[in-house]
Amino acid sequence: MLIKRFLPLIIFAGIFVAFMVGLSLNPREIPSALINKPAPEFSLPPLKGDGVGLSSENLNDKDTIIIINFFASWCGPCRVEHPSLNQLSKLAGVKLYGIAYKDDPKNSLSFLANYGNPYAKVGADLKGRNAINWGVTGTPETFFVKDGIIRYQHIGPIHDMQFDTDIMPIINKLRQEVGS
Amino acid sequence: MRYFLFPLILFFLSMNAFAIGVDKDRLNDPLLEARAQQMMKQLRCLVCQNQSIVDSDAGLAEDLRAIVREQVMAGKSDPEIIAFMTSRYGDWVLLMPPFKMTTLFLWLGPFILLLVGGFLVFRYVSMHKSTPEPRPLNADEEKRLNQILKGSHK
Repeated sequence: MLIKRFLPLIIFAGIFVAFMVGLSLNPREIPSALINKPAPEFSLPPLKGDGVGLSSENLNDKDTIIIINFFASWCGPCRVEHPSLNQLSKLAGVKLYGIAYKDDPKNSLSFLANYGNPYAKVGADLKGRNAINWGVTGTPETFFVKDGIIRYQHIGPIHDMQFDTDIMPIINKLRQEVGS
Repeated sequence: MRYFLFPLILFFLSMNAFAIGVDKDRLNDPLLEARAQQMMKQLRCLVCQNQSIVDSDAGLAEDLRAIVREQVMAGKSDPEIIAFMTSRYGDWVLLMPPFKMTTLFLWLGPFILLLVGGFLVFRYVSMHKSTPEPRPLNADEEKRLNQILKGSHK
């Protein structure tokens, strides 16, 4: 009856592992339900002037990794991740677009003037309704889109140290798909 | 003084009414507003997490409340509104998790544990119930018992 003697230990180990995994998850990170689904349709005004700043048509560029970053001038962590965004925008085969979330366009513009503008295009999501369509719960959040499909979502700021560990593997994986 | 005190007490008792937040854009039809609020109570505020969007003052909760009201006004059914939310935020947005394959253990786990625990208790009790009958006293013990009962055991 060896198994009977070790049964409590086995049950304990099971509970231990379950708690270790469960408690190490961050309950604030609620993944969007749209991963591996088509990006939502949208058309947002620019920060300055009339017309269209950014729309879902910009997501369909072939063989390009589209990165959509939700930001706001009032959002502290957005400042933290700004150097990472500047770095992202310089990568080959990548297009970085910004969506200003519930932000006065004037403030968004001065934010970009102060910290540098890494975005190829920016759309103003004044009421935050577009963000809800993406399953965004707060800024900053970053989506990786390829061929109109949302492939990955990064919740919270992209820290320096996450650039190589979290972001580059995603970009390299999507690049391989382009190459094949 | 008495005329003054009673209204004053009533005034202070009513203070907590001001603690309830009221949205500016409530629906004019009380029936539709009641239905919208019923829906909001089922939806989790994604920023504060263990509050419903009715209870929360977060900006996102406010936006989601406005969306629920708009959809109720547009004649959307309850399942349609729930589907709108879960298609964006997943099942997490529902305060009551749905019953499906991935939540089977969540819903049935407590009953399974109750059954297993009940079985263990039943087995434990039935194993210890069968204590053997006490053997009858032998002659010496019988003699001693009688002495004790008579009070002359010294």
